[in-house]
Amino acid sequence: MTELTHEASLEHAHPEHEGTGVDDRKLGMWLFLSSEFLFFGALISNYLLYSNRAGFPGVYPAEIYDIPFTSVSSFVLLMSSLTMVLAHNAQSRQDVNGTRTWLFATAALGAIFLGGQVFEFTEFIVNFDMKLSTNPAASAFYVLTGFHGTHVAIGVIMLLSLWGISRRRGGLSDKQGLNLELVGLYWHFVDIIWIVIFTVVYLLSVPPA
Amino acid sequence: MTATAERPTTTIFRRPSSTKGLWSWITTVDHKRIGIMYGYAAFTFFIIGGLEALLLRIQLSQANGEFLTAGAYNALFTMHGTTMIFLFVMPASSALMNYLLPLLIGARDVAFPRLNALSWWIFFFGAIFLYSTFIFGTSMAPVGVDGVGGVDGNLAPGGGPGSFNFLADSPDGGWFGYQPNAGPLYSPGTAMDYWALGLQIVGLASLVSSVNFLVTVLNLRAKGMRLLRMPVFAWMTTITSFLLLFSLPIIAVALFMVTFDRQFGSLFFAANAGGDPILWQHLFWLFGHPEVYILILPAMGIVSEILPTFSRKPLFGYSAVVFAGAAIAFLGFGVWAHHMFASGITPVAQAAFGLATMTIAIPTGIKIFNWLGTMWMGRIRLHTPMLFAIGFVAMFTIGGLSGVTHAVVPSDWQQTDTYYIVAHFHYVIFGGAVFGLFGGLYYWFPKLTGRLMNERLGKAHFWLMLLGFNLTFGPMHWLGLQGMVRRTWKYAPETGLEPWNLAVTVGAFIIAFSIFIFMINWFTSRRRGEESGLDPWDARTVEWMAPNPTPEYNFAVPPVVTSLDHFWHLKYEEDTEGRAVRVDHADEMLANIEHDQLNPVSPIHLPNPSYFPFFFALGLPIMFYGVIYHRTPWGKALILVGLVISLAAVIGWAMEPLEEPHGDDGGLAEHDQLELAEAAVSPEGSDPVLPPAGGETESSDD
Repeated sequence: MTELTHEASLEHAHPEHEGTGVDDRKLGMWLFLSSEFLFFGALISNYLLYSNRAGFPGVYPAEIYDIPFTSVSSFVLLMSSLTMVLAHNAQSRQDVNGTRTWLFATAALGAIFLGGQVFEFTEFIVNFDMKLSTNPAASAFYVLTGFHGTHVAIGVIMLLSLWGISRRRGGLSDKQGLNLELVGLYWHFVDIIWIVIFTVVYLLSVPPA
Repeated sequence: MTATAERPTTTIFRRPSSTKGLWSWITTVDHKRIGIMYGYAAFTFFIIGGLEALLLRIQLSQANGEFLTAGAYNALFTMHGTTMIFLFVMPASSALMNYLLPLLIGARDVAFPRLNALSWWIFFFGAIFLYSTFIFGTSMAPVGVDGVGGVDGNLAPGGGPGSFNFLADSPDGGWFGYQPNAGPLYSPGTAMDYWALGLQIVGLASLVSSVNFLVTVLNLRAKGMRLLRMPVFAWMTTITSFLLLFSLPIIAVALFMVTFDRQFGSLFFAANAGGDPILWQHLFWLFGHPEVYILILPAMGIVSEILPTFSRKPLFGYSAVVFAGAAIAFLGFGVWAHHMFASGITPVAQAAFGLATMTIAIPTGIKIFNWLGTMWMGRIRLHTPMLFAIGFVAMFTIGGLSGVTHAVVPSDWQQTDTYYIVAHFHYVIFGGAVFGLFGGLYYWFPKLTGRLMNERLGKAHFWLMLLGFNLTFGPMHWLGLQGMVRRTWKYAPETGLEPWNLAVTVGAFIIAFSIFIFMINWFTSRRRGEESGLDPWDARTVEWMAPNPTPEYNFAVPPVVTSLDHFWHLKYEEDTEGRAVRVDHADEMLANIEHDQLNPVSPIHLPNPSYFPFFFALGLPIMFYGVIYHRTPWGKALILVGLVISLAAVIGWAMEPLEEPHGDDGGLAEHDQLELAEAAVSPEGSDPVLPPAGGETESSDD
């Protein structure tokens, strides 16, 4: 590794241009995530519209939530944001082992969360007979949480790719370090969205009286 | 994605290297070539959408027409609207933005050249996917609700006398695909699935390019080009990109919901199961109204470049025009329910959305008066681009005024779903956006070819199109106010609607003829047009400091901008009475600029072409075909095949550096090159040994 300071080598800024000084890819990621907020905003609105509309056949999601269970899996996902930060921090200290460990820990926590979601869906479908086609509230619940789970899964794949590259190459280069930062941005976004979903969709949602 | 030090010497494929022929177009990452491909594709769909309109007009040219069956008519008006909006105006704007944005801001390319190629190929395959509905799609009669059997008043897809019934097996739910009419119950068959998934793909293309354009504008402006020195077209591109960024995710969600309803049994819009049909309208128009500004703002930007150039005056109130554009975009997110006044939303909502809609007239009015102020006392030259720009201002004003009448709720109740609405939105989209786009094509044609388009044919095109346009869409105002409903397949002779309908049809054919003249002009001028030289229009902005036709590297010497209308100020100075006087050595200076720009002092490194955007995009329609037929084994196989193709492309993309190491570098690592290049930049920024104006693209967004 050269003696370049970490930040300076990371910034793919353009001294020959007028610009924000923020790396192109980081800026692109921020913009993409701003768009994602609207994506989940629309999905959450759908759920809120249907979650307590009276008169649907079958059970409502809010009648069968297992709040203690989901609290635990939410906690797991939130902790993965911490390990993500630790991975980023280790990378910026050129700590190869630390980076690798925390990357793997983040991916593992994400995978545990996904496992929890699979368990939850199975539970709802098998024990409570709430399917995608049971009523509009169930449709909205599954499509919202399903899209969030897909985002988590994509994040896990990206984390494991970085982890694999680090293992094969004996560490991440500065450029890969920027990738780590980008994946981190994405990961925190997915966590933040989950905080909103857990609060609004799980905790505050009540079935029709 | 790989770091240079550990970069593998071979990637999966050998790096594409052809500069001519089909593969060079498939693998190109040059924003100009991508723009050209966007342009030709958009124009092809303009012709197709236009032919669909002509078929509709032949059916309506006389009372009780028997030219098209009801099913063919429904399919044609649906595909006409869908095509013109998503496959013509949006990609045509995208063509001009792609080609010009880096030039307007003095850059060598967009921020992510490979993502740019990806946008284009996603659009291309999405459009083909959408249109393949004419071959594969099916459209069947509704099966009935709750065992009642049949839906009263709904014709079978092929209903009625007429021909062209083979077209009926395609989307027929209107361009806004209202639910539950376009849902599984009332539109069985696969046609509406092609529509929903096709728009999903095309939308993804726009989302990718919006991120790309925004990063380009924010990070790659030439030295000295502060945000408020950017040409207005660059500004409108920026604002349009923000609109895309925030409105596309909403339609993506809505289209996913439709697909889930139709394919996987969810009940979002199933009215018989408690689903809310109005939800679709909210989601659609929450996207759909910003979409209207996505169509018009680029044209406003184009016109704001043309008017000052041909009035030989600066744009009147530059910053007001920019801020008005931003205000239109911002307000555009708060007015969507004016499309829904007849849907039974509460009076409070109606009043609020009516008022909000009226406020849009304020920034729009600011723009119109600024354009008029630009022309006022100018020394106007009526070349073809200027004619189209003036046509834009006039026609758009008419459309804008009829738009204000929709904001008045009781009046809108009268107009909803009549030809008055059809007249209004054609005045803003055709009279606005399309006039603006044609103006842009005439104006920037030299950048593409180094030649000018024929003025005589251009003027014939303009006057015929203006005549045909007003004959087509003007009478629709009265037809609508007389009660002719929109999307009607037939009308009775005793309604007295026939004469104006015949006039409308004649007008439509005049437009078609004018487009024919344009095509002749385009293809002959490309080869035999008068040579333009560097600055054919005595222009104001820095894209004209690059030679015509634009070299692959855009600028050998990136401009250093000192003011708004930088190029103009190089050529003109003020005399004691404040009049613009051409400086003595202007011609000599232009010759020098052209010479310097054509002769780079040392080789300019550009991003290398790549196969992967093409293959990544190719996987998407395959996957979506699989979704439509997922109940069959081969449908499931298609999903898998598409997924594998896209995933392989992502991996290949991630392993491929943006730029290959150069033979003459003696194996220097890439960031070392970068440093060397940076060190070599002289204070004036005139050293051509610059790294390509493109960042590394990234695989980590999905």
